[in-house]
Amino acid sequence: MKLRRDPFQAIADPTRRAILVLLASQTMTAGAIANEFNAARPTISKHIQILNECELIESTQQGREIYYELKAEKMKDIDNWLEQFRNIWESRFNQLDNLLSNLKNKEQ
Amino acid sequence: MKNTLAFDFTVNKESKSITVKKEFAADQNAVWNAWTKAELLDQWWAPLPYKNETISMQFEKGGMWFYAMVSPEGQKHYCKAYYTAVDAQNSFSYRDTFCNEKGEDSTEMPGTNWSNSFNEDNGVTTVTAHLTYASIEALEMIIKMGFKEGFTMGLDQLEQLLSKS
Repeated sequence: MKLRRDPFQAIADPTRRAILVLLASQTMTAGAIANEFNAARPTISKHIQILNECELIESTQQGREIYYELKAEKMKDIDNWLEQFRNIWESRFNQLDNLLSNLKNKEQ
Repeated sequence: MKNTLAFDFTVNKESKSITVKKEFAADQNAVWNAWTKAELLDQWWAPLPYKNETISMQFEKGGMWFYAMVSPEGQKHYCKAYYTAVDAQNSFSYRDTFCNEKGEDSTEMPGTNWSNSFNEDNGVTTVTAHLTYASIEALEMIIKMGFKEGFTMGLDQLEQLLSKS
């Protein structure tokens, strides 16, 4: 599989979405994150690594511990994506509004 | 008649789906026709700057609409809609898939399930389109091709994150 590292890949997995939700309210170590899940620790580590590579989270070393935190600005990419959906629908519906209006005028 | 016609776009929590609601200043019959007749669909279905071209259509339960969305450069993206339920003037459902020029379904692109209902009140017809997707990956592929739209489970959580930032 081709390696892709963007916010959309990050949110494609339910465990990664859950990790993002956890980190929304606090910074956490990998161990603390893993404790929240039933999955094996290496599995969670892999998810954390992907989120890190997608730049949705960042890590800081504090003593012997590495803490992870959310990078909110990357999340904006996803917000833009949602906006794109809306624009597509608007374009489509504008055309339909015009079509219906033209049909009505023809009848009269 | 209302001056502003409502357009709602909502993410359905935990159901891998979105609901699009739109009011149109026309009677139910006119709006129904615009959604179910090829010559009318071709005039609006593809978002600008794409153009829609119907290849074949049998609008009935078990029937199919085979069409292409054509880019300004002339590149064609073929799609098919399999009609799964039709209640004339009121509602219809279908499964939408990408396919090749021969109409063979794409195995890489998961489809979208649509359920559209029509409701007229005093000359204004509301269309409610309910779209159900298989996965977020499906959505991403579809939106990157520039046509389809949707949202899925889990993103309601991300929306909450966005509102915090």
